[in-house]
Amino acid sequence: MKFLSYKLLVPALAILAGSTISGCKPGKAGSSVDADAAQKVYVAPGKYDEVYAFLSGGFSGQVAAYGIPSGRLLKVIPVFSQNAENGYGYSEETKPMLNTSHGFVPWDDSHHPELSKTNGEDDGRWLFINGNNTPRIARINLATFKTVEILELPNIGGNHASPFCTENTEYVVGNTRFSEPLDNSNGDVPINSYKKNFKGAVSFVKVDKDKGAMNLAFQLIVPPFNYDLAHAGKGPSHDWIFFTCYNTEQANTLLEVNASQRDKDFIMAVNWKKAEELIAAGKGTKITAKYAHNVYNENTHTATSVMETGTQTLDVTKFPGLVYYLPCPKSPHGVDVTPDGEYMAASGKLAAVIPVFSFKKMLAAIDKKQYDGMIDGVLPVLKYEDVLHGEVKKPGLGPLHTEFDGKGYAYTTMFVSSEVVKWKIDNLEIIDRIPSYYSPGHLSVVGGDSKKPFGKYLLSLNKITKDRYLPTGPELAQACQLIDITGNKMKLLLDFPTIGEPHYAQMIPAEKILKNQVKFFKLEENKNAYATKSEKDTKVVRNGNRVDVYMTAIRSHLAPDNIEGIKIGDEVYVHVTNLEQDWDVPHGFAIKGANNAELLIMPGETCTLKWTPGLVGIVPYYCTDFCSALHQEMQGYFRVSPAGSNVPVKFSIGENPVTQ
Amino acid sequence: MKTHTRVLIFISCVLMLTAYFLPLWHILLDAPQYPEGLEMKIWLNGLSGSIQQINGLNHYIGMKFISVDDFKEFRILPYVFGALTLIGFAAAVARSRRLLWAWFIGLCLFAIVGFGDFYVWEYNYGHNLNPHAAIKVEGMNYQPPLFGYKQLLNFTAGSLPDTGGILVGVGGLLAAAALFYKPQQSSNKIK
Repeated sequence: MKFLSYKLLVPALAILAGSTISGCKPGKAGSSVDADAAQKVYVAPGKYDEVYAFLSGGFSGQVAAYGIPSGRLLKVIPVFSQNAENGYGYSEETKPMLNTSHGFVPWDDSHHPELSKTNGEDDGRWLFINGNNTPRIARINLATFKTVEILELPNIGGNHASPFCTENTEYVVGNTRFSEPLDNSNGDVPINSYKKNFKGAVSFVKVDKDKGAMNLAFQLIVPPFNYDLAHAGKGPSHDWIFFTCYNTEQANTLLEVNASQRDKDFIMAVNWKKAEELIAAGKGTKITAKYAHNVYNENTHTATSVMETGTQTLDVTKFPGLVYYLPCPKSPHGVDVTPDGEYMAASGKLAAVIPVFSFKKMLAAIDKKQYDGMIDGVLPVLKYEDVLHGEVKKPGLGPLHTEFDGKGYAYTTMFVSSEVVKWKIDNLEIIDRIPSYYSPGHLSVVGGDSKKPFGKYLLSLNKITKDRYLPTGPELAQACQLIDITGNKMKLLLDFPTIGEPHYAQMIPAEKILKNQVKFFKLEENKNAYATKSEKDTKVVRNGNRVDVYMTAIRSHLAPDNIEGIKIGDEVYVHVTNLEQDWDVPHGFAIKGANNAELLIMPGETCTLKWTPGLVGIVPYYCTDFCSALHQEMQGYFRVSPAGSNVPVKFSIGENPVTQ
Repeated sequence: MKTHTRVLIFISCVLMLTAYFLPLWHILLDAPQYPEGLEMKIWLNGLSGSIQQINGLNHYIGMKFISVDDFKEFRILPYVFGALTLIGFAAAVARSRRLLWAWFIGLCLFAIVGFGDFYVWEYNYGHNLNPHAAIKVEGMNYQPPLFGYKQLLNFTAGSLPDTGGILVGVGGLLAAAALFYKPQQSSNKIK
C-alpha cells in the first residue's frame, strides 16, 4: 500500500513540476549577459578605449563622445544649445553660432550624428548633426571637437531626415518632417488646405571636399508627406538616396490615427546625381529664402553669421526620372543600405515584416515602366513585388532601424517588443534576438552604415530606463546597451546612462580620430581681433560707454588684476587670451554678478565675456578652472563707480620679481 | 701613416660633422602631470624643445628663465668645433702624426671644458633662485644631473647624450683608436 502510494506520487510530482516550468514567465533576460562581460568592457586605468561613440543628445541639443567598450563619457560637445559650462553661445565669439532667420535660438533637438565618409568609409574628419526643431545642420571638427559650422535650412519644418551623407560626403541632406507652405509663399492659409498649399523640400547641402564648408546647393520640391529618415546608396547605388515617408495620407490632424490608415507608405528614391546635373545645366528655379549660415573660424576663434537670401529648387513633377516611390509597409522609419549597396532594408514601425528591397530590381522595374500608379499624376510608384528582395518574417514588433556588420548580417531594433534582432541578408532568416532595456529607437554598429563596417560592438539606444539604475525622481536618464556581436549569438556587455536622449549614434575606431587631434591653439596663429599675445600689451580702452579689457591668463595670474574707472551704464567687453602653449591648461574666467556665463579659454585662444555692471562697488573676477597649484591666487578686482563719475580708467598688475 | 689610420681619422671627422645636424645632448623632465615628458635638446648652436613650458614651471621655484641669448657659447662653439675637425682632416691628408696628436688633445680639451661649462650653468640655474619664488623648499636646489637621473621635487630630471652627442662620442673613440691602435701582425705570416 505504502509502496503503491509512492508509485502514484512520483508521476503526480512530475506533472506538477512540468506545469510549474510552463508557468514561468517567458522571455526574462539575464541569460543574455555575457559571462565575460566585465573583462570585455574593462579598460584599465590609463588605457584608451578602442572606439569613439558619438551620441546625439536629443533634446539636450548637444553631442556626447563616449569611449567604447568602457562606456565612459569623454566630452559633451555643445552644438545647438548654449553651454554655460564653457561659455558656448554666451561668449561674444560663439553667440553668432546660434543665430537663425528667427533670431537667436539657444536650443535645438539633435537627432542623427553622421560621420563624414570617403569612398563610403568613415574618415574621422567631421561629424554632422541635424537640429530638428529650427531646421539646421551642424558640422563638428573632430580634430578639435568644436562645432565649426551651422547652416539653417529654409522651406522645411522639422529637419528629421538629416544629415545623412552620400558616399564621398558630396552632400549631406535635410528633409522635412512637417511639410509647410514654402517660405516665399503666403503661409497665412487654412491648415486644412494642407494638400493644396503644403510642400516638402529635400535639401542637398554641398560639402567642400577639403575644408568641409557647407552650402545649400539646391532643394527638390516634393509632395507634402512626412519624411522621416534617409540613407544614400553606395557602390552600385552611389547616385541614389532613399527617404522614408509616412503620412502619405497627407493628414493634418490627429496623425496618430489619420496617418496610419494606409497599408503601405513609401520609400522615395531620389537620383541625386541627375538632380545635380539638372542644376548644373541651369534647370533650377531660384527662389528667395532667408536662412542663417554660421561659421566658426578656428584662427580668429570667432564665429560669423551671414543671412543667405535664396536657393535653387527643382520641382520633381517637372523632371521625370528624378524620384520614384517604392511601396513600403507601414509608416516606415529607417531605410538602410547594405554595405555592398545592393539592398535597402526598411523598417515599417507598424509593420509585421521587414521588407528588404533590391536596388538591381528597382532599376529593372524603372526600365520596364510598369507602375503601380502615380503620385500627383506624374511621380511613378513602383510595384512592391517588382522591387522586393524579400521580407524578414515575424521579426518582432515595431522595427525601427537597421545596421550591418559587414559579415552578411543585419541588426534591427524593435521598439515595441524592446529587442534587437539579428538576421541574415541573403536568406532573410532570423538568427538571434536579445532584449533591450527598454524600447530602443536607433542602434549603432561600429561603421555599421558604411561600406566597410568594423563590427564587433553594437549600441542599442533606449528611450526608457525605469528600473535599470538608482532612481532619480520622476526624471530618469535614458540609456544605451553595449552588445558584443562578434559571435553567432549577441551578448549583452554593458548598460550605461547618457545625456539627454541618445537618439542615434555613430561609432568609429579610435585611431581614425586620434591621429588628427589638436592639443592647443598656436598663439602666433591667433587672429582674434582682440587677442593679446603678451602681458605687456594688456590694456583697458574706453570708447564712449564701451570699455574693452585686453586681458591675459597664464599660470597663475590674470593681467591686469586691478581695473578702475568702470562706471554704471558701461558695456564692458573682457577679451581674455590664454597665453599657455601646452596641452590641457585651459583657464576659466568669471565675474561676480555678471548676467552671463563663464568663459573657458583653451591655450592660445581668445574669448570675450560681455558684462554690464549693475552695482557700484568692488567686483572680483577669477579663474574658474583649477589650473595650477596657485589657481586660487588667480584673481583680480574691478572698481565700479557711479554713472558720471570722474574716476579715470586705470589698470595694473603688481611687479612680478620672479619673471623679470 | 698607415692607410687604416687615415681611414679611422676620416670616419671620425665625418661623425664629428653630424654635430651640425643633430642635437648633442638632452635634458628630460618627467612628472605625474607630464606623463609625455618635457624635453630640452642642446645643439652645437642653440636649444630646442619645450623651453616655454619648462620656463613656465620654473617660475614657481624662482629659477631664471632659460634663453638661448644668455649663452655666448652657442655663438663660438660651431667655429671652435669646425676648426678642430679641420685639424683632423688635415692630419689625414698630410699624414701628420703631429697634427693627429694636436687634434686628439684638442678634442680632449674640448670635452673637458664643455662638460665643465655645462656643469657651471647647471649649478647656477639650480642654485641662484629668486627669493620671491612661490615655492620655497628649505635646503633644496634644482641643479639637474650632469649625466643620468635625479629627482627634483615632483620631477625626475634626466641628462643624457642625444644622437649627435653619441656620434661625436664614437668619433672621439675612433680618434683615440687612430692614435693608439696598431693591428696585430698576422700570426700566419711565419708559415
